[in-house]
Amino acid sequence: MIEIEHITKRYGETAVVDDVSMVIEPRTLTAIVGTSGSGKTTLLRMINRLVEPSSGAIRIDGVDNRSVPGPQLRRSIGYAIQGNGLFPHRTVAQNIGTVPVLLGWDTARIKARVDELLSLLQLDPAAFGPRYPHELSGGQQQRVGVARALAAGPNVLLMDEPFGALDPIIRTKAQEDLRAIQKRFGTTIILVTHDMEEAVHLGDRIAVMDAGKLVQYATPEEILANPASDFVETLIGASDRPFRLLSLGEVRDAVEPGGAEGAAIDVDATQRDALAELLWSGRGAMPVTSGDGKVIGRVTVEGLVKRAARPT
Amino acid sequence: MDIRFDKLGVVIAAIAAYGAYVAPFAIFRANRIVPGEPRSILEALPQPLGPLLLVALVAAGLVALLKTPLPVRLLASIAALASLVLLIGIAATYLTPEGNTFARVSPASGFWVSIFAFTLLLADGLTRLQLSPLGRIVALALAAAAISWLLASGRWDSLSILKEYFNRSDVFWSEAQRHVTLALGSLAGAVIVGLPLGILCHRVEALRAGVLNVLNIIQTIPSIALFGILIAPLGWIAANVPGAAAIGIRGIGVAPAFVALFLYSLLPVVANTVVGLGGVPRAANDAARGMGMTGWQRLWRVEFPLAFPVILTGIRIVLVQNIGLATIAALIGGGGFGVFVFQGIGQMAMDLVLLGAVPTVAMAFAAAIILDAVVEIAATRRPVTVTA
Repeated sequence: MIEIEHITKRYGETAVVDDVSMVIEPRTLTAIVGTSGSGKTTLLRMINRLVEPSSGAIRIDGVDNRSVPGPQLRRSIGYAIQGNGLFPHRTVAQNIGTVPVLLGWDTARIKARVDELLSLLQLDPAAFGPRYPHELSGGQQQRVGVARALAAGPNVLLMDEPFGALDPIIRTKAQEDLRAIQKRFGTTIILVTHDMEEAVHLGDRIAVMDAGKLVQYATPEEILANPASDFVETLIGASDRPFRLLSLGEVRDAVEPGGAEGAAIDVDATQRDALAELLWSGRGAMPVTSGDGKVIGRVTVEGLVKRAARPT
Repeated sequence: MDIRFDKLGVVIAAIAAYGAYVAPFAIFRANRIVPGEPRSILEALPQPLGPLLLVALVAAGLVALLKTPLPVRLLASIAALASLVLLIGIAATYLTPEGNTFARVSPASGFWVSIFAFTLLLADGLTRLQLSPLGRIVALALAAAAISWLLASGRWDSLSILKEYFNRSDVFWSEAQRHVTLALGSLAGAVIVGLPLGILCHRVEALRAGVLNVLNIIQTIPSIALFGILIAPLGWIAANVPGAAAIGIRGIGVAPAFVALFLYSLLPVVANTVVGLGGVPRAANDAARGMGMTGWQRLWRVEFPLAFPVILTGIRIVLVQNIGLATIAALIGGGGFGVFVFQGIGQMAMDLVLLGAVPTVAMAFAAAIILDAVVEIAATRRPVTVTA
């Protein structure tokens, strides 16, 4: 659990982060959203004390983060940034082993951990371990960046626009991978992004920042349904709102009894994908199949449209 | 047959033709200070070597002129250079009257121009060969070995520059040692002081402009003026600091020469350290901090290795610059090869000037090749390019 209490950061007269308080539950993914200059990155960097707060306190699992020296604190917290920040003069394996080396692990243990992480991120350890970062594609570099952040098995992972430099297709894949990793390790992830779509897609909770203030901190559904201010509403984008809401739900929750003609959709797909498919194929309903391919019912345009309406 | 010309070859052939047919090959002087009489290739060499050399040079010139395969060009340039350096020694022996120790024979403009032309051909060939850094060092070692063999074999002994050497062989080596000590010692001092200073300038932005400006100003002071400026403070130190005079600190001599070279060396070392550290990707630096590296760990494990090729380039500049600059140390009694240069100028003896100048140029040249190769090795081992 991360407790942020009345944290403020001032540079001269201006407060870039202004009296922010929030509690981040363990094993959740929290997305901090805001425009540039909203203080979201500064807030993130105060958690691992890359930036020291002017006032206020942050406690990680009940312990004040100022109780240990900065470098020692940061070795226990994962950190991944936009453009991945890989060390160009070190191989992929050496990059991933950075924090374990700082922690003084023995070579065999580091190698085992590096291989494990590379395999987890679908990179062949024998092929990729000895390569240099510039020999990898952007998506591969990003995965190595995540592997490096996870190397010492941190409970908390801080990510600053980790997918900012990726193209849309690789970005979607990377987001799925991150979700899988989070489920597997139970890591508490705090992710900074300017993209509300990404925040809605990934976040268990979303913190919206504007001009240094925390304007809303709630679940994606709540933010979409009841934006706390005009700013949040603008950030969501009024025209995208119903579709974002649908994207939060799976088809399984919208299944109605009955059958329908034409191609089927999987029960795990999002409701947004189902509606898009229906609109595109000009049908009023389509069959829904479970994982084993059996038709278990149908979804209808009518039913989905109801679900896209503002929750009451 | 389709005859095509090599662009650079046209220039090389023209220069070589001038050197071989128009300009004199050797200069004969009755003694070391009277004006010389020029001798052409045919006059300077015994039969049939003169005509043979002319034919050989024409052949090599043709190889350069036309589009020919790379191995042929390399071979032709090496053959031409080898015959030139061998035959200039023979010319010296041939032109010197038997038993005359006052007469001097030295290479004339034609020889130098021809050497220049075929060195150009060789350099062009080596560039096209795209030698690896290690290959370049090997090529340099081979050239050095060939020259050492020529010197040791006595084939050049009749040349004026070697006659000057024989008159001064004992001082030559002590001055050579002094020269190297001055150049390398001041470099070492500049690295020991300049690296930390550069790191400091990188970390403390307030210092940067000030330090670099001061070093820039020092760099613009002419060396003679700097010697003059140093006389007073060093003289004072020698007179007032106990033990200073005992370790050789004086207003003139080695101490001011060393200090001046050291001061000139600081700017390239500090500036390249600052530029190199500044070129470290921000993201890499941020990640290093974010993963819990301390300031020192970040410096040693991330910043310094990434800046190393740039810093090494600064050291290369300093070394080559210092080898050349160390000649002026002789002006204030600092020793080095400059001693021969300034003695030679004073006595109007160009051969003596060359005895100081040629080793200096050779050393600077070798240092440049070796360090360029090292810089390249360092840069490729630590790739700094990052693609998104």
